[in-house]
Formats: sequence, structure tokens, C-alpha cells
Amino acid sequence: MLWNTLLLALRAIRRNLMRSFLTVLGIVIGVAAVITMVTLGNGATRSVSDQISGMGSNLLMVLPGQRFGPGAEAAPAFKSADLDAVRTQISGIERVAPVANKTATAVFQASNWSTVITGSNSDYFPAGNWVLAAGRSFSETEERAGKAVCVIGDTVREKLFGRQNPVGSEIRIKQFACEVIGLLKPKGQSAMGQDQDDIVVMPLRTVQRRLTGSQDITRLIVSVKNGASIDAVKQQLILLLRERRNIGENQDDDFRVMDTRQIAETLTSTTRILTMLLGAVAAVSLLVGGIGIMNIMLVSVTERTREIGIRLAIGALEREVLLQFLIEAVVLSSLGGLIGIAIATAASIALAGAMNVPYMFDAGINLLSFLFSAAIGVIFGYFPARRAAGLNPIDALRHE
Amino acid sequence: MTGTTPLIRLTGITKTYGRGQATFQALKGIDLAIETGDFVAIMGPSGSGKSTAMNVLGCLDTPTSGRYEFKGVRVEALSRNQRALLRRRYLGFVFQGFNLLARTTALENVELPLIYRGERAGTRHAAARAALEQVGLKGWEHHTPAELSGGQQQRVAIARAIVTRPAVLLADEPTGNLDTRTSEEIMNLIGTFNREQGITVLMVTHEPDMAAYARRIVRFLDGRVDSDRRSVEAA
Repeated sequence: MLWNTLLLALRAIRRNLMRSFLTVLGIVIGVAAVITMVTLGNGATRSVSDQISGMGSNLLMVLPGQRFGPGAEAAPAFKSADLDAVRTQISGIERVAPVANKTATAVFQASNWSTVITGSNSDYFPAGNWVLAAGRSFSETEERAGKAVCVIGDTVREKLFGRQNPVGSEIRIKQFACEVIGLLKPKGQSAMGQDQDDIVVMPLRTVQRRLTGSQDITRLIVSVKNGASIDAVKQQLILLLRERRNIGENQDDDFRVMDTRQIAETLTSTTRILTMLLGAVAAVSLLVGGIGIMNIMLVSVTERTREIGIRLAIGALEREVLLQFLIEAVVLSSLGGLIGIAIATAASIALAGAMNVPYMFDAGINLLSFLFSAAIGVIFGYFPARRAAGLNPIDALRHE
Repeated sequence: MTGTTPLIRLTGITKTYGRGQATFQALKGIDLAIETGDFVAIMGPSGSGKSTAMNVLGCLDTPTSGRYEFKGVRVEALSRNQRALLRRRYLGFVFQGFNLLARTTALENVELPLIYRGERAGTRHAAARAALEQVGLKGWEHHTPAELSGGQQQRVAIARAIVTRPAVLLADEPTGNLDTRTSEEIMNLIGTFNREQGITVLMVTHEPDMAAYARRIVRFLDGRVDSDRRSVEAA
């Protein structure tokens, strides 16, 4: 009975090629959209968290103020003295790198390039996972004296020097000349889409004296010694900074100490929300596809009711008719689901490549959208048939 | 008549449609016996209950009360499935509107009842081709209903009805949608199956010309059997 019913179902599919095609198409589009969106979103989230974990798990970021963005209260920046205090009074830290930024134009011969000048020390490179491609880092003397030396990123090298070796050349920034002593290996785009290689690093004192004209430090990067407790260092930092910034007992901190896990959470939560949004939009298309299927099935219900009447009249059992319709619905919707999965896989791999995010196969979403599409097909293909097959054959035959 | 049990015996069959105030009694107590091999035309004006009687006889509809014996079996006591199996095993249908499956070839339409009987593909094809040849449609096996004339479609329907070698062929206004010449061809075909294969034919018609092919004419009037006589011409 099963074999014969399968034959009948396949014949019915072939007989109504257009209807079958539209049914499959509705499911294909919905399934492909949902899977592609969610897969790409997952890839983006992964890419963000990868880059952050690339920073190392033993880093602490110390920032003035409690919040980013608009509405953030103006909290005083850190001073050079804070850096020394942290370095000398807190146990369990390996490195402390200050950061002071200033945008400026760098000039070499006929080329110029506007970039961000970062003032820091030699700890900045290991703490930020930077590797030197050529040349060297700052010496202690250069840092203390505020010498005009700099280490440049790959983008700056490309814009100013082209194919030339930059190490040993002098670039001009504002009114002073600065010797390039090192070149950093490229890192590529950051999680937020910025070019990380668009960077010029100088000793902190050089930047403070010649560019910012103040003692301000906009943030501190602290790396914790292996084996030392990150939380303990964090607590010490908070206590020290509260004291140095004269924060009273009942006042809130006017600075933040974030570890990489918190930074990762902040950033990945953004991409996760985006993934959910994209998934929701795609889910609407799956729903619309489902409504399309429902429409097709309901329009054909008159014809199919008569067909059921004919089949019953010439001796089909009710359960044979139902099984046939169930097989039809399952074949069409799983075909649509499988094609949708195939298209989604191809599209996700292609788009992930184009967007420079990893392709991450998500079995859950594949299974979920497949089951959903199968359910739509079965509900809208099978239940109208169930009603018709329960009629007296003569009523089904006379259905108008 | 003969002393044996008739093929079909209806006793006091009634059929009421609707509920409460708006009921309509289509059959008001039918008694009818039909012998194997007979060719019976059921006539009567519209609303006389002839089609309802036909649907009850074909197990497409159930009577409200009364007793329906088919080969001595009480049909009104059978379940839905048992009635479907009775149709599958013993009955063949020809309708006024042909009722072929659309976009399906003549061969596949004729094969359909054999598929439900579980016949093997080889047997099925051979039987369907033979049936189509018997109704004069050799060479038209792969045409769909839309590509066939009305007469040809009715021939396909007849082939589908007789391919299972049923005991009874039930024809409801089989020539209602056809012109006179085609109607005669169809009636001759039905007559041939009746004579040569001994298939009992029950036919509803309102055309006296078509009823003339039958050996027995039962007239319905207002839900009752009005007259029942042997045809002079065709006997």
C-alpha cells in the first residue's frame, strides 16, 4: 500500500508541476533566508569574539568616565603620575601601557596621510598583540626623553612609503620630524570595522609635549602576571584610582576597569542583537512563504476535493487518500527545505568570504527552519485533504 | 424470477436530507431487486430521487433507513472502509461529468483503480491498455482529458470502470453531456459490456432514447418507484 501510494503521490506532484514548484519555491526562499542570515550573524559574532580573545585574557582596560557615547559625563583624564602610581603600587601586574591619542597628518616627501598618533611606551606592543615586522621598539631613554621616534602601522607605511623600506626614514608630523624606527605587522580590520593598521605610535611624552600639550592619558592598558588573580588586580586598581581621584565613600567611580571578557560581552552583544534582528526579518519571509503555500493549497482545494471524491468512488480507502496527500506534502516541503539548506550553505559561504567573517555551520537553525517548513507543508497540504476525505464520496464529487 | 438471491435487493430504503424544519425526503421507501446480468434504466423527472437512489446503490451515499443487500450482505451495516472495499471489488462508475483526473493521461486514469487494488505494474499496464482498446481508444493512451473530446473522455471513464471487471456498472446520466451520435456510440459500448461480459448495468437517464438500450425500465416519481417494466424493444 505504501509503495502504491508513493507512486500516486509522485504522479500528483508531477501532474501539478506549477503548483508543486510554487510550493517548493515558497519554502526554499524562507528557509534559505533564515539560515543565511543567522549563519552570517553567527559568523560576525564569532569574528568579534575571536579578535577580542586575540587580545589575551589577562588584560584590563582602564578608562575615565562610566559610559561611552553621547551623554557620557566629562570625567577627568588620567595623568602621567597615575601611570607611575599604578606601576609602583599595584602587585601582580606585568605591564602598564598608557594611551594618549591625537589625530595628525604625517608627511613623507610628496605623500601625506591623516592618521591617529598614539603616545605610549614599549609595553603597548606586547599588550596589544602587536608584532614588529621590521626595526625595533622604543628604548627607555627615548621614552624618558620624549624623543621624536615612531613605530608605524602597515597602512601608514603603504600610504607614505609605497614599496620603500620606511625604517630609518624621517616623517614630518606637524612641525617636527620623527624617525621611523619600527614597522608593525598588519592586523587587518577590527571587530568594529576600523583599520587597525592605520596607526603611528610614539613615546607618550613626545605626544604629550608636541601634540596634545597636556599630561592627559586617555586610557591605561594593564596586563596581569600569569598566575595572578585578575579580580584582585582589578580591586587594587579601583581602590588606588578612587583614592587618587578623590572619590568620596558614597560616590560612584568616575572611571571603569574592564577585563577582556566584559569588552567581548559588550561587543558581541551588539552583533548578537543584529543577528536576532536579521533572523527575525528572515523569519518573516519564511512566514510569507508559508502563507503563499497556504494560498496555493486552499485555491486548489476545490479541484482536490473532487479528485478525492473520484478516488473514493473508484475504491480508494480514506487512509490511502490521506497517506497520499501526506506524502505529497512531506515530499514537497522537505524538497523545498533541502534545496533551501543547499542554497543557504552556498550563499553563506560566499557571503562570509566577501564579508570576511568565518562561515559557521549552525545545525540548530538548519534543523529548525527545515522542521518549520515541513510543518507548514504538512499542515496546509494535509489538513484540507483530511476534511475532504472525511466527506461522503458523493459530496466530495459534487464539491463546487 | 429465479429462486436464488438477487444481486441487489433494496427494502424500504429512505433518504432524508437536512435537519429539523428544513428536511427533504428524497427517497420515501424504495423496494427494488436487481438480478445479475440485467441492464436497468432508472428514469424519472428531476427531483424524483433517481440520482439519490443511484448514489445509495453505488455506496457513495448512505440511506437514512431501510435495508440494502448486495450479494446477500447488509451494506447499510458496513463501515466506511468496508463500503470503499465493496466499491473497489464490485462496482464501476461512469458519471455525467466524466470525472477523470485532470492533467493525467488516459492510461494513468484507467490504471488508477488497479493501483488501489494493489496490482503489479506489468499487469496494470496490460489491463489498462486492453481496456482502452476495448473502448476504441487504442493510440490515445498518453493523451490527457483536455486533449480528448467529450465522447473520448467518457470512453476513458468507461474503460476505467470496466478495467477491474466489476459486477455492476453504475452509470449516472452517462450521455448527458454528449451529442446524439456520440451518445449512441457510448450506449452501444455499455450494451456490449453488458451482453458480452455479463456486467450488470444500472443507468440513470431522463432520455427515453437511451433508456431504450436497457432491458428493464424503472420509473421514479416523488421518491417512490412509479413503474417497473421490461422493455419491449431491447429484450
